[in-house]
Amino acid sequence: MRDLRLTTAFRDATAAALLAALLALPMLGFQLTGTAQGLTLDTRFPWVGYAALTVFCGRLALSLAGQILAPLFKAKLSLPFLLAAPPGRLRNIAGWTMVVLAIGLPLTPFTDRNLLDKATLLLIYVMLGWGLNIVVGLAGLLDLGYVAFYAVGAYSYALLSQNFGLSFWLCLPFAGALAASFGILLGFPVLRLRGDYLAIVTLGFGEIVRVILLNWQDVTNGPVGISGIQRPSFFGLPFLASQPGHTTFHEFFGIPFSTEHRIYFLYYLILALALTTNIFTHRIRRLPIGRAWEALREDETACRSLGIDPTKTKLSAFALGAMFAGFAGSFFATRQGFISPESFTFIESAIILAIVVLGGMGSQIGIVLAAILLVGLPEWFRELQQYRMLAFGGAMVLIMLWRPRGLLANREPTLRLPPLAAENPGERPK
Amino acid sequence: MMTDSLLCVEHLTMRFGGLSAINDLSFHAKKNQITAIIGPNGAGKTTVFNCLTGFYKPNVGKISLTSPSGRIFLLERMEGFRIAKEARLARTFQNIRLFTGMSVLENLMVAQHNLLMRASLYSLAGLFGSSSFRRAEQRALELARYWLNKIGLLDYADQPAGSLPYGSQRRLEIARAMCTDPVLLCLDEPAAGLNPKESYDLNGLLLDIRSEFQIGILLIEHDMSVVMNISDHVVVLDHGARIAEGSPTAVQADPAVIHAYLGTAPEEPTC
Ligand SMILES: Nc1ncnc2c1ncn2[C@@H]1O[C@H](COP(=O)(O)OP(=O)(O)OP(=O)(O)O)[C@@H](O)[C@H]1O
Ligand SMILES: [Mg+2]
Repeated sequence: MRDLRLTTAFRDATAAALLAALLALPMLGFQLTGTAQGLTLDTRFPWVGYAALTVFCGRLALSLAGQILAPLFKAKLSLPFLLAAPPGRLRNIAGWTMVVLAIGLPLTPFTDRNLLDKATLLLIYVMLGWGLNIVVGLAGLLDLGYVAFYAVGAYSYALLSQNFGLSFWLCLPFAGALAASFGILLGFPVLRLRGDYLAIVTLGFGEIVRVILLNWQDVTNGPVGISGIQRPSFFGLPFLASQPGHTTFHEFFGIPFSTEHRIYFLYYLILALALTTNIFTHRIRRLPIGRAWEALREDETACRSLGIDPTKTKLSAFALGAMFAGFAGSFFATRQGFISPESFTFIESAIILAIVVLGGMGSQIGIVLAAILLVGLPEWFRELQQYRMLAFGGAMVLIMLWRPRGLLANREPTLRLPPLAAENPGERPK
Repeated sequence: MMTDSLLCVEHLTMRFGGLSAINDLSFHAKKNQITAIIGPNGAGKTTVFNCLTGFYKPNVGKISLTSPSGRIFLLERMEGFRIAKEARLARTFQNIRLFTGMSVLENLMVAQHNLLMRASLYSLAGLFGSSSFRRAEQRALELARYWLNKIGLLDYADQPAGSLPYGSQRRLEIARAMCTDPVLLCLDEPAAGLNPKESYDLNGLLLDIRSEFQIGILLIEHDMSVVMNISDHVVVLDHGARIAEGSPTAVQADPAVIHAYLGTAPEEPTC
């Protein structure tokens, strides 16, 4: 039995190696080299051999590993704790642990500026993921242009603070409101569309916003972007060595000036913003509107037959999702001090969407894990250079094979039937 | 006589391209009565429901529903969700449409959406956990508990609706429709796929709803044991037109009906 499988594995690997050799022959076997006499054709036949050998070994290892691991997977023995989708309590514990870890991170001795910077970036994506989760995960509206609202938030802050000198905290609600209005503006005409059509229109909207930012030179400064955006201040105390006519942060607290104060502040700021998004989603999911979103995702026709207005309900999800993108956008602008349309390309939308889908549509902790996987790891593994995106794609494919419904796909009901007080359940409540 | 007329359908016509799914159909449904719509496959029964509930816009016809307050709603002019929300007409579907990923209880809570939205001040009060919203939610939960008890699913309240057996899903869909507090309940083949025992229990449930809530029930059904036992009035459709109407016994004996079902000539009914 085992032997038989071994021969099939060998045969399979040989076929794969032959195919690889066939492909490698023109691609690796010949090489054009420029010499003084012009171009000459060199042959590199050993390379073809190496390629075939690599494919042979890889394929063999893969099918053998598959044979050995398959029974383990079937028995669900190999699944570590994360995979056996944790029940509510475990998930709560995991959530609080993450919050405590996130708050404590800057205080640990091994934390340096670099790590904190990356963690801040990661948290931006976590926040965007949580925001998009309202739209995609809860309401089931496939939005491929989410980054447009992020851009609206960022530009709102940049322009408001540059032109009117408003502070970050004043701009934040404006940016959120503006992004939400854009959400409503886009939502009105397109939310009648379903599924793929909505995805295409939102994709288009994302691009339109980027193109407008590129071309509306007078306001947005076009491709050059906006620089010198006001950096964040600690409730009015700037993080500067000194500023004439102003008390700075370190002067106020009587501590020596350090450029790291700002990094710490930014980290805690985005942590607070992200947690706000989380708490908001957590609460609204338990309200009638949240349940209506999820019901709409499951069956729009049934919703209509229950008297739920699909357009308004979807619009609210769209607007709220956009609002959080607007908040995140303002933070991004104040953190970078510089924004340009470059930062708001389709790939950003795609990554945020991938975080939501990979996390397991609607799961808040799943989104954190997915963000770490999709944004954090590639950041830390920059040494891989151009192979980074290859690894990224490979990892996505593997995860989707392994957990097709996302990392944490189990859904917790938004409310449970409380135990009966005293009276008889057969009585009709009035 | 006219006072207890709840639904009045006049000259309803619905065409799909060249096909007339409903052809000049008129009928009434009364408050406190079970009106059955029967007919062979493809007779246009579901299409009637879809016109009533705003899923289709009829080509010709007037559909009026008189609310208990005396206000008359012209359903053919209303948007689908408004028919359910304002005219308070609830329906179930021939192929069950539950929110399968949501729990049984959540299905019943979603049905009380409009009431709870108002109580939560369109989510504002709800976000801050106001006590008036808490009380409204409590009442909604009690109504859900009442229905769960009635359909025998009290122990399954927190299970996903999709995990229930077929018969329970049918009953849950009826309970969900009832949670919207309708004046007219439209059921599309509620007994389809049920075993005889479940079908018998369903009869009891429907009679119960009629007597306890004093609402009208419009029932599409193929199962004659259900139709004959519980309906007060029967409308028979064939090829989109009404071919007979009356009490169950009268309709059962009508030669046109026998012809439509068995395909014999109307003049010489065979047994
Ligand atoms: N959306 C539609 N587009 C085209 N034709 C339709 C549509 N809906 C229904 N029909 C046609 O209208 C006719 C009546 O269909 P309907 O579903 O109302 O029948 P029914 O009486 O409910 O039958 P059954 O007992 O099988 O449920 C059928 O011929 C059907 O093909
Ligand atoms: Mg039908």
